[in-house]
Parts: sequence; C-alpha cells; structure tokens
Amino acid sequence: MKTLLRILPLILFLAIAVLLYRGLYLDPTHLPSALVGKPFPEFSLPALDEPARRLTRADILGRPALVNVWATWCPSCRQEHPVLNRLAQAGVVIHGVNYKDDRSTAQRWLRSLHDPYRLNIEDAAGTLGLDLGVYGAPETFVIDAHGVVRDKYIGVIDDAVWRERLEPLYTTLLEEARP
Amino acid sequence: MKTWLAALIMGVALSATALSDMALAAIEAHEFASDAELARYRHLADILRCPKCQNQNIAESNSPIAADLRAEVRRMLAAGHSDQQIIQFMVERYGDFVLYQPPFDVRTILLWLGPAGLLMAGAVMLGSRVARARRARSAAAPLTETECQRLAQLLRSTDTRRK
Repeated sequence: MKTLLRILPLILFLAIAVLLYRGLYLDPTHLPSALVGKPFPEFSLPALDEPARRLTRADILGRPALVNVWATWCPSCRQEHPVLNRLAQAGVVIHGVNYKDDRSTAQRWLRSLHDPYRLNIEDAAGTLGLDLGVYGAPETFVIDAHGVVRDKYIGVIDDAVWRERLEPLYTTLLEEARP
Repeated sequence: MKTWLAALIMGVALSATALSDMALAAIEAHEFASDAELARYRHLADILRCPKCQNQNIAESNSPIAADLRAEVRRMLAAGHSDQQIIQFMVERYGDFVLYQPPFDVRTILLWLGPAGLLMAGAVMLGSRVARARRARSAAAPLTETECQRLAQLLRSTDTRRK
C-alpha cells in the first residue's frame, strides 16, 4: 500500500504523458459532425439543371444515398469527381448540393465532366450548407431511407475512403431499407 | 539625424496602425438597431469559433464561412433571437466545437475538474507527508535516567577539556 502510494505520482505522470503524447498526433481539423444521427435538414431550393423546379427534403427520401456538397471553386471537388462518376455508374445514389456557386459555371462543369448526381440541388446562398454545418467542400453525408444522417465525411472521397468507410455503411443502409 | 529618423519611423508606424484600424472598421459596416444589439453582436462574434480556421473566432477570421456565420448572427439578432438561441443554433450545426468555452457535461467533466483535482490530490499528499514527518519527530522517546547521566557526564568532560 505504501509503495503504491509512493509510485502513484509516477503512474499519474505516465498516464498524463501518454494522453498528451497521443494528443500530439490527433488531427485538430477533425470536427465531429453535430448532425450525425439527426434528420437531414428541411430545404426548398431550385434544381441546378432546371431552376424552375423546386427540390425539398421529401425528394431525397426513400433510398439510402450520399449527399455530396461541391462547388466549381473547389479544386478537391474536381479531384473527387471521377470517383463519384464511377460510384454513380455502379448504382450508388448520389445527390449533389452545389454550394455557393455560379449556376452557369456549375452547369458547364456537369456537362463537361459528367453528372453523377441523381438530384442537383442549387444552394447558391449557402443556406442548406449552413444548416448542414458545412464549412468547406467537398463534404459528403450518408443518409438512410428515412432521411437520417448516418455519417459525414469531410474531404475528398477516393477509392480507399469509399471501400473502408462509406461502402460498409451504405451496404448496411441498403439492407436496412429492404422490407 | 537619429531623432529625426526615429520620429519618421514612429510617424509611419502610427499612421499604419490608424490605417489598419480604419480598414478593419470599413470591412463590415452594418446597421444595428441599437448600441446594445451591436454590443451583443460583438460579444457573439467573439465567443463563436470559426469552424474552418481552428484558432480564430468568427470576428477575427476572414474565411468565407466566418463571414457567413457573422451574417447569420446579424440576421438572427435583427430577427429578435436571444443570445442563447443563436448559440444553440450554431451548436446544433457545428457542434460544441464552435464554442471557445466548452459546456460542462459528462464528456468534459475531466477537462473542467481535472486540473483542480490534480492540485487537490497533490496538496493532500504533501500535507499527509509533512504531518507524518512532524509526528515522527515529536514522537521520539525522551531520554532514560542512565542516558541523562551519560549526557551530563559527556558535557562535563568536554567542559573540563576546554579549560
């Protein structure tokens, strides 16, 4: 008991040292999303490809999907785009939120680089982005058939991210949605 | 010559600060309904953290997202929301991360109480050690009869030797 008390400071020191050492290597830019587990926010915004048409939250329900926040001013979105094209071709449902962008530039982008999105939501003022807690692009949300946000990925989706993080969840959601 | 140069440098520095102050004031000239609302805006922009730039609040940051959040704070102030509602709005979207002062709850209890707890533990340990040492010293047994005689003898012998 006495020896234990004597080495207690050492044990405490080691514990704190390990904790702080680990802290040195954590990613400070990793920001846990406040939205995971909550319903996708309500919105009413024009379709990018058909501005007269209004899209709402009801339009994205019914099937598990990725909601990808992108913009033409975002270089990493260009890097991510081919991956999204491939996923869309493989049958993954992806909706796009064109975040704080110029309509014609965005339309041109989709024409020239191919359009992987099932629905194209135009969020020119960034209101939906704000409700989603978006602070950059690209950001991708995984929603289930009931419109609940199940995961959020910040940054470029590449094959590894899809395979290791998003695909397992997406497959689970597909199975959940099956009656 | 030297004083002249110093005065020139001083002058340039002063006008530069004045200019930058003006620039800061000119970036966002918004109308607030009252001075109180402006004060609340300043306070909120000060305590809300920019999600993109990590170590700046939304008042200091130039990033587009900080500008958006400032605009949202102004909009909500004008719409008559309370400070608490605005903070709640931001936390719902960006998490506790947007607060420079994290809330006190189960997840942050260690953060809030840890340092004080460690300090207390240290004080208790030190106190008990000091008390134990003091007790050990005072508990030393008094001399027996023979030891007293021997001590007196020793003192006497040194006295005689010195003479």
